[in-house]
Amino acid sequence: MDPARKRLIRLVVALTVALLLAGALAYTSFSASSSAVTPSQLLRSATPGRSYQLTGKVVGGSIAHVGDGITFRVRDRAGTASVPVRYTGEIPDPFRDGREVIVTVHKDGGTYVGEKDSLVTKCPSKFADPSKATGQPA
Amino acid sequence: MATVGQACLLIALGLCGYGAVASIYGARSGRDAFVLSGRRSLFAVAGLATVAFVILEAAFLRSDFHYTVVATHSSLTTPWYYRLAAMWSSQEGSLLLWLFLLAVWSSVALVLLRGRLRDVAPYATAVQLGLAGFFSGLLVFTAQPFETVPVAPSDGIGLNPLLRHPSMMIHPVMLYSGYTLFSVPFAFVVGALVVRRVDAEWIRATRFFSLAAWLCLGFGIILGARWSYSELGWGGYWAWDPVENASLLPWLTGTAFLHSVMIQEKRGMLKIWNASLVLATGILAILGTFLVRSGILDSIHAFVEEGNTIAWAFTALISVLVVLSVYLVITRRNDVLRSEARLDSMFSREAAFLANNLVLVGVTFVVFWGTFFPLISEAVTGSKAAVGPPWFDRYVVPLVLILVLLSGIGPVIAWRRTTVARLWGTVRGPVIFSAVVAALLLVGTNAAQDTESLILFLAATFAIAVAVHELWRGMRARQLMTGEGPPRALVGLVRRNRRRYGGYIVHIGVSLIFIGVAASSAFQHERDAVLRPGQSARVGGYTYTYLRPTAKIEQRAGELERISLGSKIRVTKGGKQVAMLSPTRGYYPTNAPMLGVLSRYFIGDSTSEVGLKAGWRRDLWIAEQPHISNLMPIVRKGDAVFAKAAAGGVSAQMRAIFLGQALNGLVARYRASAPPAQFRIIVSPLTGWIWFGAMIVLFGGFVAIWPAPGAARGLVRARYTARVARDLSRA
Repeated sequence: MDPARKRLIRLVVALTVALLLAGALAYTSFSASSSAVTPSQLLRSATPGRSYQLTGKVVGGSIAHVGDGITFRVRDRAGTASVPVRYTGEIPDPFRDGREVIVTVHKDGGTYVGEKDSLVTKCPSKFADPSKATGQPA
Repeated sequence: MATVGQACLLIALGLCGYGAVASIYGARSGRDAFVLSGRRSLFAVAGLATVAFVILEAAFLRSDFHYTVVATHSSLTTPWYYRLAAMWSSQEGSLLLWLFLLAVWSSVALVLLRGRLRDVAPYATAVQLGLAGFFSGLLVFTAQPFETVPVAPSDGIGLNPLLRHPSMMIHPVMLYSGYTLFSVPFAFVVGALVVRRVDAEWIRATRFFSLAAWLCLGFGIILGARWSYSELGWGGYWAWDPVENASLLPWLTGTAFLHSVMIQEKRGMLKIWNASLVLATGILAILGTFLVRSGILDSIHAFVEEGNTIAWAFTALISVLVVLSVYLVITRRNDVLRSEARLDSMFSREAAFLANNLVLVGVTFVVFWGTFFPLISEAVTGSKAAVGPPWFDRYVVPLVLILVLLSGIGPVIAWRRTTVARLWGTVRGPVIFSAVVAALLLVGTNAAQDTESLILFLAATFAIAVAVHELWRGMRARQLMTGEGPPRALVGLVRRNRRRYGGYIVHIGVSLIFIGVAASSAFQHERDAVLRPGQSARVGGYTYTYLRPTAKIEQRAGELERISLGSKIRVTKGGKQVAMLSPTRGYYPTNAPMLGVLSRYFIGDSTSEVGLKAGWRRDLWIAEQPHISNLMPIVRKGDAVFAKAAAGGVSAQMRAIFLGQALNGLVARYRASAPPAQFRIIVSPLTGWIWFGAMIVLFGGFVAIWPAPGAARGLVRARYTARVARDLSRA
């Protein structure tokens, strides 16, 4: 076969494979992703069984230990709408009242159940002013 | 001194602009005086950045709270060594660190490459000055580190306790060194493309910096992983967090580049590929800083502060760099970037290296896509969504398997073309060895329970066996030729070809890391348990017993630094004690005025000090979170008593005495009747191999980077030749 034609065929095959792989990657990322939502969005449109990535701030004084896990409320970053979360698993060191958190949840009745070990607390580079967070620590 | 620091930055900004223009003008007009002036501008910027850096570090060291950045990121109770590191925990300090490292490394590059690539160097200098100008501009206009207040507060807010860890003193410096060192090959390839001189010389000239960048960045990543493992209280070392991923991206493309350059040097192939990889690595390094500092993606590392305005500036810089890179590659693709040879066979070292590169770029693409998916998803669907660690693992694990396998085949497959029989003759020993290891693992362990891990163990064993076999073969050949003893022959062999054998050592280290990662991910036992003193939890065949609570007040500089509440945990196996662990949680006081006198010692930030017994076979790990909510009613009652006493006119001295008594009382109460505590308990096999493998990688990297015995002579010769050429051109 003509070497130039052989190279062209190789290039087309390689590009096709790369495109297919990239397509598969893109498709699965959309199907495997969790929507990032705020508490107010969750209150408006949560569907039972579907998982969401809830982002917001921990409501002051809402953290309580229940059995092996904790319960707390997450509110909008700028707003008062809040949702209750029941969570078991690793609790990050910076987790406390007023901190920004990200947790993967699904709706279970009137509460939201956090996926095990999915709680992420943002780690600020300096101490946050806890003056508004006068509730109890974790 | 703040004024001096600010002036340094302002002058540096001006010099960056002048130097960049002078360098380009000098190169285009052939006026060496301007080229020299541009070089000197870069040296001056390095000097000014150093002065600014030292002034700010000195302010941190002497706790000068007139500086806003010191007051908000350090305190009197912060140990002096962490005060130094506190500087780069701030936005302003970290950008100054970037500028300092960039200017210093760029100057070192110009000095070391003096007399080489004389046509390329002015453009490279202009690029370096452009980057330095960008960071100087941010420091002058947006994130001002020398902002002061007329009246200093009596104490600072303090360094985030999570960052009070030895690796946090080195981790950011290593990451930023990696990023800034990658700017050297980036700047030189831009220069080489501008002057259309894309032979292998720019690769040889900047190899030291590419390797150093790769090494520093890799070491920084490992230090971050170690910090996460021993400080964050979750027991993991990698979470696919956007900021972690940001540091991984340039390291991956950098790794691909270090392999593919060998093909350009040897065969004159892959010029477009290599130029693109270096350009991508340089841009990804800037992107890494952007992700950490802009807060554009939700990350655990929310270093961004309210009102952040640097995002737009980084976006503009990255856009300019991308456009410039694409333009240079496209316009040069048909002349200077044309390959000098073709791939002879898909069964050759070139093909193996190419496959290695494709896999590395594939991993880079996966990580990039997953990291930026929230933005992609928002652009496509209108709502933000994110992918989690399982998504990353699904794609990265198979690619890593192929990569490890290729790292075993690559070093032994012949250049140009080979045959199956010839390749089998070379890898027969390592393959048999791996098969024996596989049989032993299947018979003696539960490795068969996780197929992916088993395959990874085998691939890594094969790669290690190949590298050891190559070292062994080389050593035996040298012994036969010189009659030296084995150790001397091995050292002599490695010294003769540091790059090759250093690379083999790196392969051994990387394989050990992957074995550690596979074992600790697939066979880790983990349990979260709430325990009271006397209670036990069984994890992975070990029994963890909560013997007794511990509590103490830790002081520094006459001030209370933290209150540590913890426990003594006995770990037994088969009734025999194997470890005594002491996890604690440190509570750092805050200065928030609205909190009660006692509450401020418990409401502030707290951090885990994990209990760890590390071993070759497994790590016994435990982190504790005491339920101090049970203590809080007493604390609040104390707050009320102190508030009443203050209203009654109790003197400050008496108040301090009462406060000491109250805190000691609380600590004693905790020791006497501790509330239950939440424990995370982990038995993790072979985690230590990750850190040991990293040390081997570091050693191998140093072997590869260390100049060969003849290199110094070669450098002198090159400089002499360049000088003669310059004199002749003047004559």
